[in-house]
Amino acid sequence: MSSSRVAAWVLCTVLTVALCRWLERAGARAGDDAGPWRRALARFHHDRVAMVALWLVVAASMVAALAPWLAPYSPTATPDIVELKNLPPSFAHFMGTDFASRDVFSRLLYGARVSLSIALLAILLSATVGTLYGAAAGYYGGRVDAVMMRIIDAALSVPRILLLITLLVLWGAVPVAALIVVLGFTGWFGVSRLVRAEVLALKERDMVVAARALGARDRDIILRHILPNVVSPVVVAATLGIANVIVIEAGLSYLGIGVRPPLPSWGNMIQDGVSQIATVWWVSLFPGLAIVATVMAFNIIGDGLRDALDPRQLDG
Amino acid sequence: MTAPLLSVRDLRTWFHTPSGVARAVDGVSFDVMPHETVGVVGESGCGKSVTSLSILRLIDRPGVIEPGSRIEFEGRDLMTLPEREMRAIRGNRISMIFQEPMTSLNPVFTVGDQVAEVARVHSSASKREAWERAVEMLSTVGMPAAAERAKEYPHQLSGGLRQRVMIAMALMMGPALLIADEPTTALDVTIQAQILELLAEMQERIGMSILLITHDLGVIAESATRVLVMYAGQVVEEAPVSRLFAAPHHPYTEGLLAAMPRVGAERERLAVIPGSVPPPTHWPSGCRFHDRCPFAWERCAAEPPPLYQIGEKHVSRCHLADEPERRAKPHEPLAATRA
Repeated sequence: MSSSRVAAWVLCTVLTVALCRWLERAGARAGDDAGPWRRALARFHHDRVAMVALWLVVAASMVAALAPWLAPYSPTATPDIVELKNLPPSFAHFMGTDFASRDVFSRLLYGARVSLSIALLAILLSATVGTLYGAAAGYYGGRVDAVMMRIIDAALSVPRILLLITLLVLWGAVPVAALIVVLGFTGWFGVSRLVRAEVLALKERDMVVAARALGARDRDIILRHILPNVVSPVVVAATLGIANVIVIEAGLSYLGIGVRPPLPSWGNMIQDGVSQIATVWWVSLFPGLAIVATVMAFNIIGDGLRDALDPRQLDG
Repeated sequence: MTAPLLSVRDLRTWFHTPSGVARAVDGVSFDVMPHETVGVVGESGCGKSVTSLSILRLIDRPGVIEPGSRIEFEGRDLMTLPEREMRAIRGNRISMIFQEPMTSLNPVFTVGDQVAEVARVHSSASKREAWERAVEMLSTVGMPAAAERAKEYPHQLSGGLRQRVMIAMALMMGPALLIADEPTTALDVTIQAQILELLAEMQERIGMSILLITHDLGVIAESATRVLVMYAGQVVEEAPVSRLFAAPHHPYTEGLLAAMPRVGAERERLAVIPGSVPPPTHWPSGCRFHDRCPFAWERCAAEPPPLYQIGEKHVSRCHLADEPERRAKPHEPLAATRA
């Protein structure tokens, strides 16, 4: 191991620990005088399982961010496809090598980069579009709302995975940016429904009537009274949505229509090993485990956030 | 004689619902003079709150302020004002406070921030200036340690303090008219008295008028100079407060006064008005109170009574003004026999 790679691993560990400790401490410090977000963090902090999941996600994100400095080999280089292919896990290759003599561990690190950033950006897109659309429908109500929601109903009547497969197959070789856009734009319908329902309830609240009675404009009301109060359900939905997008992207890449080789994603890495899974099991196993662990972690965090952001649900 | 600050004429706010037209407010007229406190009393559903929201033009579909309704404020016709100018009046010249100070405040901002926001909406005050004015206002309305407590969130304050925050928001710009919709209903009795005292004090200081909406005649007796009694979307009686308590004319007003618990009246059962307010889609014919009235006769079911002049500044929407001898013969009201 070169000294610069050791330094990168140390840095990665230190950053992960520091970030997690900081989040924990921010939650632990939050007293009754803290704002609503800090208090939610404090409640989240008491959820041990969710905190473990948070550590895992932070670690995965750090690895993804620092992949080029952490990976012992190039993810795409094929040094010797005769001698070095399908090597089992060893000291030189923690997770073995695949059919093209590429180091599975290095590909896994780069794959984290690809899979996580696609999921994150796609979710940011869906959450933003969904929130704006849902807020507009809920706030203006009446006929506007009816038309906007019928459009959503129509969109939701097409299974998302079918829609994606059709789009991607017709498209041919999609660049990653296009994949993000496609994933993002097929994922916001649920969020918009959620936000609309929340906004419909919020705008009947006394606080909105009071704000209007004090001369607030529509814009002030949406920005100050409606949106901050729908942030929590959107955050929860987005966290659970990330898990979903990771799975969908993995599925599409596995089918060969998502992230295209040689660029590694966890999904197409599984595909690389699937034909010889009985003998060369390590090629598919490790990316598979990575998907399971990350998806579970995001789901656990989502549930933890739901409880932390809406303590009323705990009463039920 | 000075001109009224607010003049409402034939206000009709109807809700066009699938199950019919709900005439929640149906021909209400009244004036509010400068520096005066006018009380509005009535049961739930009589149209008090819709009246106050109509004045600020905060009625949403399916509610409509029907054409022909007139609301004049400081000599301006609020019905024809563009929305932009209407917004400049809300919270600035006319303010409103509500029953539930918890749900009226935004849980995600500090109270100081929310008071400051009013100043920022209605003036070009910088963020810092607005904050300073907010702290000053909070201390004026009796918030202890205002500079520190301004940084707190609504959930950290007691009900009484939250209502003080609402009052600070409403009075920030020194309005000419404050509409207080059940301002003390959600509060403990001791806090109620403090809030009423605060409102009176602020009225003195700012020189504003107050339209005090409540179902609590005790609150009216304490604060108002003149009272409107509303029933089924109409004003049924209007009188100076002392006169209303001493010599109520409308049987509904009598019923309300009789239903008030009194200290000293020993173990007597509280009087009740039989029946309940009818649904606003189906007001009774003639006098809208006739099915609950102990004096009603044929005329009441057939002919809607006008507002009769009873005395100086005292009007009543009751045919008894025309045929006072009927008062001698009370009977079981229709609603009681039906029940």
